[in-house]
Amino acid sequence: MAKLDPKIPAGPLQEKWVNHKFNMKLVNPANKRKYDIIIVGSGLAGASAAASLGELGYKVKVFTYNDSPRRAHSISAQGGINAAKNYQNDGDSIYRLFYDTIKGGDFRAREANVYRLAEVSNSIIDQCVAQGVPFAREYGGMLDNRSFGGAQVSRTFYARGQTGQQLLLGAYSSLMRQVHLGNVELFTRREMIDLVTIDGQAKGIVVRNMVDGAIEKYSAHAVVLATGGYANVFFLSTNAMNCNTTAIWRAHKKGAFFANPCFTQIHPTCLPIHGEGQSKLTLMSESLRNDGRIWVSKLKKDMREPNDIPEEERDYYLERKYPSFGNLSPRDISSRSAKEVVDEGRGAKGGDAVYLDFKDAINRLGKHVIEERYGNLFEIYETITGENPYNVPMKIYPAPHYTMGGLWVDYNLMSTIPGLFVLGEANFSDHGANRLGASALMQGLADGYFVAPYTIGDYLASAKPKKESLDHPAFDTVKKENEELIGKLLSIKGKQTVDDIHKKLGRIMWNKVGMGRNEKGLKEAIKEIADLRVEFWKDVNVVGTDKDINQCLERAGRLIDYLELGELMARDALERNESCGGHFREEYQTPEGEALRNDEEYAFVSAWEYKNLGSWELNKEPLIYENVQLATRSYK
Amino acid sequence: MAEKKINLLVKVWRQPSTTSVGSFVDYKISVSPDSSFLEMLDEINNDLEKKNLEPIAFESDCREGICGTCGLVINGQPHGPIPKIATCQLHMRNFKDGDTVWVEPFRAKAFQVMKDLIVERSGLDKIIAAGGYISVNTGSIPDANAIPISKERSSIAMDAAACIGCGACVAACKNASAMLFVSAKVSQLALLPQGQPERTRRVQNMVKVMDELGFGSCSNTYACEAECPKGISVKNIARLNREFILANVKSDNIEA
Ligand SMILES: Cc1cc2nc3c(=O)[nH]c(=O)nc-3n(C[C@H](O)[C@H](O)[C@H](O)COP(=O)(O)OP(=O)(O)OC[C@H]3O[C@@H](n4cnc5c(N)ncnc54)[C@H](O)[C@@H]3O)c2cc1C
Ligand code: SF4
Ligand code: FES
Repeated sequence: MAKLDPKIPAGPLQEKWVNHKFNMKLVNPANKRKYDIIIVGSGLAGASAAASLGELGYKVKVFTYNDSPRRAHSISAQGGINAAKNYQNDGDSIYRLFYDTIKGGDFRAREANVYRLAEVSNSIIDQCVAQGVPFAREYGGMLDNRSFGGAQVSRTFYARGQTGQQLLLGAYSSLMRQVHLGNVELFTRREMIDLVTIDGQAKGIVVRNMVDGAIEKYSAHAVVLATGGYANVFFLSTNAMNCNTTAIWRAHKKGAFFANPCFTQIHPTCLPIHGEGQSKLTLMSESLRNDGRIWVSKLKKDMREPNDIPEEERDYYLERKYPSFGNLSPRDISSRSAKEVVDEGRGAKGGDAVYLDFKDAINRLGKHVIEERYGNLFEIYETITGENPYNVPMKIYPAPHYTMGGLWVDYNLMSTIPGLFVLGEANFSDHGANRLGASALMQGLADGYFVAPYTIGDYLASAKPKKESLDHPAFDTVKKENEELIGKLLSIKGKQTVDDIHKKLGRIMWNKVGMGRNEKGLKEAIKEIADLRVEFWKDVNVVGTDKDINQCLERAGRLIDYLELGELMARDALERNESCGGHFREEYQTPEGEALRNDEEYAFVSAWEYKNLGSWELNKEPLIYENVQLATRSYK
Repeated sequence: MAEKKINLLVKVWRQPSTTSVGSFVDYKISVSPDSSFLEMLDEINNDLEKKNLEPIAFESDCREGICGTCGLVINGQPHGPIPKIATCQLHMRNFKDGDTVWVEPFRAKAFQVMKDLIVERSGLDKIIAAGGYISVNTGSIPDANAIPISKERSSIAMDAAACIGCGACVAACKNASAMLFVSAKVSQLALLPQGQPERTRRVQNMVKVMDELGFGSCSNTYACEAECPKGISVKNIARLNREFILANVKSDNIEA
């Protein structure tokens, strides 16, 4: 087993980051121009890192498969971003944000990383306001806050229901300023399909030009992946259509360890599935839980219209089970509770949905207040479902949403491959087994604006990596491997479409590696996924050529990685004989049905090392808690 | 929610590449009214792929009306017949059994068709690069509450900031002007105190690049506002014009 060194700086929690920054080696301003940095991804993490590194004077290249950096999936985040400003004077502090995040993650995240995240959170808000991000304000002109699941303070900053959009456009505008100044070069419609390592160090990438199909090579002193999460392994998720795991998965196969792959977040408030043709799931912001009450009928198979079900026959199950957090209980608990009542046959009209009801809030606050708070969300709901939530309770159901797992990184956000940094949702670092609402935006921007610009500089100054020439044979080997892979995909000419097979994978993942997992199901899933992989390579039909825009080929390339990652997720879930956060093993629960953690044996990060197709070695990074006491997470 | 499927004849613009000649191709489909418009295209594509035929190339990503990737002209209207939504938010319940539906790419001089329904809109990024920002480096910043901004002002700035950069305004305009897009960014930043120092340069540089890229000029027909999925108001264009005139009076550092 390899020894994993998280490189956590010594000293008290509160001083680690400050001391670490002081101890870092710096790159002389005049020398920064001599360093090339590749950044894959232009979401919050990638765009903020690219802008900040460009401002420092490094030569940055940014790659994205979208036609514009502004389209990255971060744009669709609705609810908000956390920070420990304590503007509301309600008892918030850096320590409380740190503690809530550790507890929300069910004590499976690194203390030092999470503390740093809370520490830089305040600068993020300052930065965004300086960029002109129009956060919501109060009449006095000060910034407004709301509260989010898993917290008892109001620390979430927001811009209507479009917080991700406004934060991303802020980062994007800073990025475009650097493009204009010539410090950052943009490569759009490029999909990274492999990492190039030389002597075990990251030296560049190979990308597919999605317009003409050319396989291109790029070399740099350091490579940054900020490529987002992998919830689309489920086929249906709240992620954008193009989100995929290819960048991190192919880096994993080149030696980067994959951490906690099974930690996935199923979001409690999404729109239910309408039918077989469904292409993705729509999130209804969790902020709705501030005022909406979640309930189902007390009766099984109750086919009445929701408004015909009298008050005393309704079960407000979250308020009943978790009186102090109620409808704001953390996501994993809320999702699982919804599944329970649906499994009991008490879902809305007997189906896979529960009600989210605003009647009481409208009576208490008036329709205009609800309209001001959630107007655009209500409109979205009505556009999609054709029902008006001011009159009829919304129907919601959990859906795959966020992946806490990702490439393993040390405190400096560097993976097990020297020179390969991983930021944002693509790494595993800060959310443990469950992420709190409004904390992903915070992490993406913390990594990109305030962490990576320091730690990458330190790497360049201390490791003094060399940039390799594109003529180095390693580049051509990787290029050729990928050309062959594409050739093979196009030559199968089977009978099933790429989506047919992706849907099959999604069904296995949702049923057996989803909200509730057990040994038998996981073992079946591992076999079924391996079989599906064989089926794919025999029977898929990838239409078209490799010489122009070919979306079928793009989807096929992404699916082959999901077909491998899905298996690893199941293996990781099988290995972890406990329930924690988003990972619920049915064998490990309390008599009341709550998750039963096993701190003695499982207080570690699982970091998987790729060996061969279908074979991995498990490495463990022990989680050491010096500041918080491991406690049973209680939201009662 | 209705369950019965509706049958449609869909006429889709197919064009293998930028330089080739395109034409409409007919597809028949039976689809659930609860499906979205893009899911209807997905279904056509799945059928095509099963027959080993090339699927229709079209772009989308968020499918929630926020990323600005999708954008089709449906029955002659950018983003289709329902106001204030993007193509991905259009649902089939807005069509009737037996309807014929025409689907085309956004057309404008500055947007080249790349394949079928995909167009190149990077001109919009170039306009932002010319000045659609506040020049502030990471870290050199005061506390977020140091500058109070009135709720009203911040709210009007947010109205303008809601632009998703889809380019429907350009496609809707007979001159293929990008004025609504540019005015939205100019307005957002001109309204905020943080945007004041660069107010003059910003509007001049953005308009200059817009003109250079071959976007047309605005002749106040307001087709853009009618098709904008985010309801960006033409009041922003009026504000841009004021800003531009003022800038030319005030500034002396730009050769026009
Ligand atoms: C609907 C929704 C709502 C959400 N709401 C909130 C919220 O309110 N608050 C919150 O904190 N979090 C929220 N989240 C989570 C949050 O939005 C994401 O976790 C976060 O935005 C991820 O940012 P990122 O920069 O890591 O990645 P992304 O924004 O996903 O960006 C990934 C980038 O990588 C590029 N990329 C990926 N692979 C490749 C490749 N192979 N080649 C080239 N480019 C590639 C993409 O083009 C893209 O630019 C929400 C998520 C969803 C789905
Ligand atoms: S102004 Fe409206 S139509 Fe034009 S790009 Fe912005 S959102 Fe699209
Ligand atoms: S796909 Fe994002 S706006 Fe339509």
